[in-house]
Amino acid sequence: MQASPQQTRPLKHHLWVAFLVVPPIVFMSLFVVYPILSAFAYAFYDWKGLARGEFVGLRNFREVLFGATMAPVVWNAFLHNVYALIALMIIQNGGGFILAWLLYKEPFGFRFHRVAVFVPVVLSTIIVGFLWKLFLNPNFGIINQALYALGLDSLAKPWLGDSSTALGALILANAWHFVGFPALVYLAGMQRIPPEIIEAARLDGTNEWQLLKNIVWPLVAPSTTILFTLLFIGAFNWFEIPYVMVGLDGSPFGTTDVLGLVFYRTAFGNQSASIQNFGMGSALATILFLFIVVFASMLTLWLRRREIQF
Amino acid sequence: MKLTRRILMGAAAGSFLLSTGAAMAQTELTFWSWRQEDKAFYQDTIKKFQEKNPGITVKFETYAPENYATILSTALAAGRGPDVIQVRAYGNLETVATPGYLLALDQQNVPELANFPEAALAAETLRSDGKVYAVPFAMQAQLVVYNKKIFKDNGVNPPKTWDEMMALAQALKAKNITPFANGTATAWQNETIVGGLLSSMLGKEFEADIVSGKANFTDPRFVNALAKLKDISQYFSPNFTGVDYPSSQQLFVAGRAAMFAGGSYEVANFKNQNPTLDLGVFPAPILKAGDQALIATYYDGGYAVNAKSEKKDAALKFVRFLATPEYGTAFTNTLKNLSPIKGIKIEDAITQDVAKLAENSMSYLMLVRFRYQEPGGSVLLQSNVQKMLAGQQTAEQAAADINKGIATYYKPFQK
Repeated sequence: MQASPQQTRPLKHHLWVAFLVVPPIVFMSLFVVYPILSAFAYAFYDWKGLARGEFVGLRNFREVLFGATMAPVVWNAFLHNVYALIALMIIQNGGGFILAWLLYKEPFGFRFHRVAVFVPVVLSTIIVGFLWKLFLNPNFGIINQALYALGLDSLAKPWLGDSSTALGALILANAWHFVGFPALVYLAGMQRIPPEIIEAARLDGTNEWQLLKNIVWPLVAPSTTILFTLLFIGAFNWFEIPYVMVGLDGSPFGTTDVLGLVFYRTAFGNQSASIQNFGMGSALATILFLFIVVFASMLTLWLRRREIQF
Repeated sequence: MKLTRRILMGAAAGSFLLSTGAAMAQTELTFWSWRQEDKAFYQDTIKKFQEKNPGITVKFETYAPENYATILSTALAAGRGPDVIQVRAYGNLETVATPGYLLALDQQNVPELANFPEAALAAETLRSDGKVYAVPFAMQAQLVVYNKKIFKDNGVNPPKTWDEMMALAQALKAKNITPFANGTATAWQNETIVGGLLSSMLGKEFEADIVSGKANFTDPRFVNALAKLKDISQYFSPNFTGVDYPSSQQLFVAGRAAMFAGGSYEVANFKNQNPTLDLGVFPAPILKAGDQALIATYYDGGYAVNAKSEKKDAALKFVRFLATPEYGTAFTNTLKNLSPIKGIKIEDAITQDVAKLAENSMSYLMLVRFRYQEPGGSVLLQSNVQKMLAGQQTAEQAAADINKGIATYYKPFQK
């Protein structure tokens, strides 16, 4: 019996769908879902080195949040994540918005600038971190050299070694690295705004500030939703830039410590100072994960509400 | 479908034949290490071993040091891992040895353990059962490395006392030479600096008192030594709080600084980068005449046998080979790192000096005694010294903070 094309097509179609869907599901379960669940399970056990000891219930969680040794470190790091979130929200996302507006107006050479703004995003974070570490070197770094050349010797500092500037330096390096991303997303959002709306506003005699505040900003709300949510997640998972630029200890003396570094040190140990504790590391990772999921969802819901359909 | 199955079966059968064929003739050991830079030396050692032990081959595999513990842990936890393992010492050894992943060594299965001094074996001993789990491979020391040419050009000699050291540093600085290349931006450098510069002022007696609980870290000997360190930090590299480990090394290698307070392991590294350097070493300066000049020593790690290995006999043979004076001599002379094995012949002049200085030494205190629990002594010392040298706290505050952290678990301090 010969199957008609109408009959074979659904089967072929299903196979095709399965072919597309099954590998990512297997991949996700194996490399995302399973590790998350096992980390969750690890957090309830005592660990003797690498061997799982007895079930200890919530003890690891208690230690991480309230223990005399861990808690001060964790809360200190959490505070730095919050600083980073606020600062990056203003510098990175705000800067991205301004850059996008400038590019949107298509100034001379905007095509070049559009690429130039985005190039650092493409670079590896390791390279960016290393590059900024060189720039910020107190003795031969380009930043202090420039200050000396301008006669501003008093402003030159050991940026990454000074507790008052180290975290700020990391935040600026991160903003330099990623500002192209919000710029591009906002630019796309602005280009989606029907030009007649902006034209109409201009005819009504709005100035630049009113235009941005009352027309553009509300209309790029979908871009804002995605950018704020991603930055929130990124700020609490922050690891690469601090790791490359100040090392696992959050040097100097914990003033740049963030939760990502604390997690790594706790779970895997710091070669030059501390020992591994999978249980506490897993507990911290679980808490961090739940915190991000809950707050990122709330943030997304709240941001969604202010989006306008047009 | 059929064709693929046939190919797979063929491949499986082929690989089975190949592997059994090899196993009959040879026992292949795998040997894991984090010392990629010593690969040539280890290949050479393996060749010598294989000549003496036909029938055993050793495969040397390395992993990056920062990931080594994680990769090894994962493999061992899964019941796999290499037959012979390069492991670290003290607290880091416990992570691997406590769960029973390593084979206990004694005079029966490794008679060559008699070739090692007590302190070296102690570094590879598990505190809970008192058994040795690895054959130690290197002793390291914290001391002062100096550039002989700069010293000679300026007509100065290695200082004996702290006052001489201060005067020397000032004299060099007056001539626009950076006295110490050291910087404190990399946290663990603060610990090596303390070991290199303050050991003689702390002294063996202080260590004994800490162990017995007669003194703690608020002891005047410790506080005063830290205050002296703060004092001499004015002679570290310019903007030293922002100078990280690689930058400080480069400063010294380029011959722009006269001294480097740090590990004996730096010497070989410095010489590799700049073979024209003429280097010497001296111990931490003493406070007053009559005190003992000391360096701070510790053991790096050892070679262990996987308890789950199916080739324990061959693995033990290899580990025994790594415990012979013949191996120790080759290790010391090739890698310029001091093997702890007794009766080795040292060619290199600086390594000879280090070996001689090591005869009178104290422990590299925090690593040897306080890296077993959190908050570790090293973490506390590193961050508090870093904070003190940045001018954010006094020596008293630093000492009090270090003491407070350790006292949370260290019984002798809780009396």
